[in-house]
Amino acid sequence: MVGVLALQGNFASHIQILNEIGLDSTLVKNLEDLSNLQGLILPGGESTTMSNLLLRDQSFIDGIKFFSDNKPIFGTCAGLILMSKNSFDKKVLNMNILDVEVNRNAYGRQVHSFDDSINLQCKSVKSQSIKASFIRAPKITSIGKDVEIICKHNNEIVGVKEGMHMAVTCHPELQNETLLHKLCFKG
Amino acid sequence: MSQEYDFKTKVALAEMLKGGVIMDVTNVEQAKIAEESGAVSVMALERIPSDIRTDGGVARMSNPHMIKEIQDNVSIPVMAKCRIGHFAEAQILQALEVDFIDESEVLTMADEDFHVDKHPFKAPFVCGARNLGEALRRVDEGAALIRTKGEAGSGNIVEAVRHMKMITSELKSLKEQDLSEKSKEFRVPLALVEEVAKNGKLPVPNFAAGGIATPADASLMMQLGAETVFVGSGIFKSEDPSERAHAIVQSVTHFSDAKKVLSASYKLKDAMKGILMSDIPEDQRFSERGE
Repeated sequence: MVGVLALQGNFASHIQILNEIGLDSTLVKNLEDLSNLQGLILPGGESTTMSNLLLRDQSFIDGIKFFSDNKPIFGTCAGLILMSKNSFDKKVLNMNILDVEVNRNAYGRQVHSFDDSINLQCKSVKSQSIKASFIRAPKITSIGKDVEIICKHNNEIVGVKEGMHMAVTCHPELQNETLLHKLCFKG
Repeated sequence: MSQEYDFKTKVALAEMLKGGVIMDVTNVEQAKIAEESGAVSVMALERIPSDIRTDGGVARMSNPHMIKEIQDNVSIPVMAKCRIGHFAEAQILQALEVDFIDESEVLTMADEDFHVDKHPFKAPFVCGARNLGEALRRVDEGAALIRTKGEAGSGNIVEAVRHMKMITSELKSLKEQDLSEKSKEFRVPLALVEEVAKNGKLPVPNFAAGGIATPADASLMMQLGAETVFVGSGIFKSEDPSERAHAIVQSVTHFSDAKKVLSASYKLKDAMKGILMSDIPEDQRFSERGE
């Protein structure tokens, strides 16, 4: 069973992808919902809103951090921002699950959003291109030494892996791409 | 594949707004309060609907300078309204890089026959609807997001409930109907009606708006099937905007958990004063504008 954080955002599209690859899924809105999960997805949405809701319950934040010690977490867009070490905005919660720094809304407002192919290069699968949507997307500005680069777009880092955790700046789930979900939760 | 921007890219932003609260704000200070309270987006406008109702006169697109100031001071998406059919106002809002354009019945209509042709625009549009026909006409014109019209500025949830239930029940029964008849009745292409009948839902997200004033109102609309709520006059016409905004955000996320909606509601002061529908003459109802 894989949980999808459902405080706000496009959690429903991740549930759909999990169904497609044959994994049971559930919505996570409270600390108790984290028990018995094999993995967790932090979806896209507004990082300030998700931060605001998470910060109302410190035990929930502690629970997610504790969860990340033993189980994989996959973040897309705002999910990556929450997992990062720093996103340079005091309204946003950074849980330091990934040793990366990010710059929010780095491409600009919605009229600068776009869909494009990204190159996936990961030790466990052959290189290939997958589709993704960049919606008011962030950019990864620096990565720690233990962070593996798994996706690039125009030579910029748009996907990373550190230990069992993965995150991307964009939305493969909106283009019905299932590969990253499989990699993260089916090995 | 090279960089593309199509209808799906517009709908994608609406997907990101799901499970959130979009708040009407009239200045930077209110926008900051909204963002700090957990709003997923703000709607920048000079006068909130209840004041438009009281003041009378022609209600137009807001001053771009005021919208720009708000854009410069919050990091969440900023929406703004244009008049129904006023494509030049929409062009200006797009040039301003507003994240969503609300072609809104709250403003005075600019064209009584036609809405804006929204397809050529890069900025996504949200439009109000009272029933499935209206919703599909707006989608056919290019809207990337539908919201109930409700009755803006009334503090009365009755119309939003009526519109949401109407759309839901029409969606449910559509597949049993003669679709080619429906396509004529709705004045939209048959292919769109067939797609909607097959999926049992709108091709774009479906939000609630118009009359939401309390955490309980927000929870009600979410339980009726709304995927996000717009709160207009309800927050900044109340006695405790910050606390109320915070509470409505909580009640949307945890809409099916009455204990959490209760705990969000405990310390609130008085909500905005509401207006009975029977006290709004038909020709002054915003929801009657544009069908």
